[in-house]
Amino acid sequence: MIERIAERNHGRHQRLDRVWSYKPGWGAFAAVNHTTIGLRFLVTGLIFFLVGGLLAMLIRTQLALPNQNIVSPALYNQLFTMHGTVMMFLFAIPVLEGAAMYLIPKMIGARDLVFPRLSALGYWCYLFGGLIIMSSLLLNIAPDAGWFMYTPLSSIEYSPGPGSDFWLIGITFVEISAISAGVELVVSILRTRTKGMSLNRMPVFCWYILAMAFMIIFGFPPLILGSILLELERAAGFIFFAVDGGGDPLLWQHLFWLFGHPEVYIIFLPAAGIVSTLIPVFAQRPLVGYRWIVLAIIVMGFISFGLWVHHMFTVGIPSLALAFFSVASMLVAIPTGIQIFAWLATLWSGHVKYSLPMLWIVGFLVVFVCGGFTGVMLALVPFNWQVHDTHFVVAHMHYVLVGGMMFPLVAGLYYWLPHVSGRMSSERLGRWGFWLFFIGFNLTFFIMHLTGLLGMPRRVYSYDAGLGWEWFNLISSIGGFITGIGVAVIILDIALHFRFGRKADRNPWNADTLEWATPMPVTTYNFASLPTIETRTPMWDRPDLPERIENGEFGLDEPRHDLRETWGSDAVTGELKEIVHLPANSWLPLLSASFIALMCICLLTKSYLLALPACLLAVGYLLQWSWHNGAHPIAAPFYDDEPYSPPLHSRTCDGPGRWGMIITMMANGTLYASLLFGWFYLWTAGPSWQAPDDGPISFWPLLASGGLLTICVLLYRQLVARLGRGESNGLERGLWLACLIGLVHFATLLWVLLAAPLQPTMSAHDSVLTVMLMYLLLHSGLAVILTGLQAVRVRIRYVGARAPYEPFVLRPFWSYTLGVFWISFAAFILLPMGWGGG
Amino acid sequence: MTGIASCLLLSACSGPLSSLDPAGPHAASAALLWWGMFGFFTVILLIVVALWLYAIKRDPGTVSDVEAQRTQNRWVLGGGLILPVVSITVILLVGIPVGRSMLPLPLESGQALRVDVQAHQWRWEVSYPDTDVGLTNELHIPAGKAVDLHLTTADVIHSFWVPRLAGKLDTMPGRTNILRIEADAPGTYHGQCAEFCGLEHTDMRFTVIAHEPATFDSWLKEKQNDD
Repeated sequence: MIERIAERNHGRHQRLDRVWSYKPGWGAFAAVNHTTIGLRFLVTGLIFFLVGGLLAMLIRTQLALPNQNIVSPALYNQLFTMHGTVMMFLFAIPVLEGAAMYLIPKMIGARDLVFPRLSALGYWCYLFGGLIIMSSLLLNIAPDAGWFMYTPLSSIEYSPGPGSDFWLIGITFVEISAISAGVELVVSILRTRTKGMSLNRMPVFCWYILAMAFMIIFGFPPLILGSILLELERAAGFIFFAVDGGGDPLLWQHLFWLFGHPEVYIIFLPAAGIVSTLIPVFAQRPLVGYRWIVLAIIVMGFISFGLWVHHMFTVGIPSLALAFFSVASMLVAIPTGIQIFAWLATLWSGHVKYSLPMLWIVGFLVVFVCGGFTGVMLALVPFNWQVHDTHFVVAHMHYVLVGGMMFPLVAGLYYWLPHVSGRMSSERLGRWGFWLFFIGFNLTFFIMHLTGLLGMPRRVYSYDAGLGWEWFNLISSIGGFITGIGVAVIILDIALHFRFGRKADRNPWNADTLEWATPMPVTTYNFASLPTIETRTPMWDRPDLPERIENGEFGLDEPRHDLRETWGSDAVTGELKEIVHLPANSWLPLLSASFIALMCICLLTKSYLLALPACLLAVGYLLQWSWHNGAHPIAAPFYDDEPYSPPLHSRTCDGPGRWGMIITMMANGTLYASLLFGWFYLWTAGPSWQAPDDGPISFWPLLASGGLLTICVLLYRQLVARLGRGESNGLERGLWLACLIGLVHFATLLWVLLAAPLQPTMSAHDSVLTVMLMYLLLHSGLAVILTGLQAVRVRIRYVGARAPYEPFVLRPFWSYTLGVFWISFAAFILLPMGWGGG
Repeated sequence: MTGIASCLLLSACSGPLSSLDPAGPHAASAALLWWGMFGFFTVILLIVVALWLYAIKRDPGTVSDVEAQRTQNRWVLGGGLILPVVSITVILLVGIPVGRSMLPLPLESGQALRVDVQAHQWRWEVSYPDTDVGLTNELHIPAGKAVDLHLTTADVIHSFWVPRLAGKLDTMPGRTNILRIEADAPGTYHGQCAEFCGLEHTDMRFTVIAHEPATFDSWLKEKQNDD
């Protein structure tokens, strides 16, 4: 009997594995599965971490003694710029995204993330963007204006070399991966939880990642916009940040820190999520204050968007604003305090097992709380005026970032290592690694607070003897090298464990969450059948869960038609809504990312004629990607024995794709709002803003163009509404008509742009208008193309009454295009007319 | 014993650029804020860490859910709400008036002396309005009197900072920022650019020389005649 079950399970495993694994050899480049992609993110991020660490070691070597000339000032500027850039953009965020991508589907009982090809695209964009940025270091033309790229130092006049371009283009490229991960994680968490996992039964880690993902959606676009504008200023002579012509360098600082501050919490939240996950496991007691923590996460997410000005306390802004942002900055102490004391309460009521991950959690607490306190100090403006831009801030920020991110990350690394490798790491070597890292880190950075108070500014390549800084710097450098040895020991420990670690039992820490219900090491498809969840701690309440999953007692236990399948569920209740069929291995992500990379390289080398075909090829592959959907043979062609309850997602009207589109439009809308912010900011606060009495854009043609767009969108929406009622007659004709009206609208808008006497190289006013019109054109053009493709797909029956999914995905895009058109019309045309000279 | 310790501490805190060795009212109040907050937060840090370590060590026996709920309420409300709110309120009540006292507001009697400082890559040009006195990397002021520096830049962003006298303020393209400084006694005070401004940022140093008010007036007159 038992043998028969084992045999049956083995057969199921083989069938599932055949559908879910990628081809060996070159096929690895076409992999899209979240386990593979997540691990790639992690490994790549750790390599970039080593590079960033190496740069830090060079910095500490140069500063170890006064008046040293080991590195030149020019190289030193590249070193600290790249150290910050690599650690922030190429290590911290991608590694945490990677961890989230690896863990989230397993924690919510799914087989993959909901847009697997997007994960792969994100990875390739990250890798290629990272390599582009790193290449500048090898060519000795690395960016050297600081990781914050303040204008005008980063402008063409004061940084004529290509360094700043590498930063702006490379980082924007990398950020594609952040945004795609953000969209993917939000939709996966909301729409693909397994049966019965309502929001309040979701593991707390998922709440943290959900908040992080939303913060990426709203936090990154300001910097993406800022980078595009600065690159336009550098490469095409537009004016946004140069005072002559009406720009303002402060606009850059606002856009940068509108991103930069939330980013700190984007890094902290997933790490805190690791803490909240591990503490209950090691205390063997459910998290005390789950609701408090969820509330704290949400509050933290909101507050973090209202603090950005505390990076700008010394730029000379009105004192009332200073007071406001000072208070707001300190308020973050409340949600942080709630979490720290909820963790304390959990430890208080449990029997704590003091294993290696727990040691790192305690290290986290000491270091992070210390960094939090100096953070409150820095939020106090009169004190900030003294220590801003000194080594005090360097110390503070390393305490917060290393304490708030690195310590929990290593704790998590040791905790989930058995899940990846099926083996346990060495407790003894691990403890050596911890103590070396902990002592080295504190030696480096604790003393550095004092170095800063004694007046040592940041970003100086050397210093004179006799200022009282010699001993402190020497101690910091020695501490830095001890930290480095600690990292080496940790890496050694992890490397050795793959070979010598003892085999781990299933669920070795006796954890409560679903990811430990998978076999170890994990299979390609995670779960042999997708479990039904009744409580928040399923592994504690149902110890036989792994076995029952293995035996196929739950849903989707057999692959049908060679489709990769996972559940789609209601965002709140977790009730089943559909079967989401997921794309399998695909070369399209790699191809698209390669051509985007080629385009970036062409832009960097100013070969604009080559950049255009590269861009078109990238768009072409992305369109082909969208083609392999719905009832396309590569996706889910119509079968006679199709499931109806729940149905396949491409047979529904509210599938994950529509959610993905809406979330993407939130990010897009934030980008647009940042542009709008720039417009109003320059208008009201720019030191030399000039605007012509009569706007350069012709009013009536623009109004006509908007009228056409409105008709087009109304028509489209009506077609989709009819399709939702199952009426698909005349759909193709209607789509072609919408396409045609959209095209006329596009042509009118293009004419408005070309006919307007805009001089973007002369005034910031015209620069912003030009960017706004190009933004509208881009959206209208894309919407028309996608609608045309839909019409063709209706004809060849990939889309229709039986598969109505895709027109519903496109609808929010049309509505968004319409919305931004009229907002633009009001903000850029009507308001200046009413005001007199905008 | 405490005498030796405080001597060591003071000597460790002194230095030509040390903000903990103040020589002006603004720097003095900032240093006071530092020592106050440092003491307060050190105590809290020690308590929090001790609580955590004790919570890990202690054997709770069997804790019922009701008890856990009570523990939660106690810790989360006390530590997560009351503690931060009280701390923040105290810090702001003390800090905001201190910050206000540093602003270049009108004086109760008389007027602050105005000096124009323009930052360049990589030097400071100093001029005294209504005179033709111009200096580079050197700033003369009367001791015991409020001085308003009108900060501008000819190129990129810099930041004017004399740690022993007052906090720093950036020079922004297209704008004039006003920083008030004051030295308690005559002497030489060192300053440096605090905002990264390119290749020679490190070397963008300057000195502030404070004179007795009478000496300052005669210095200014003399300087003007020289030119």
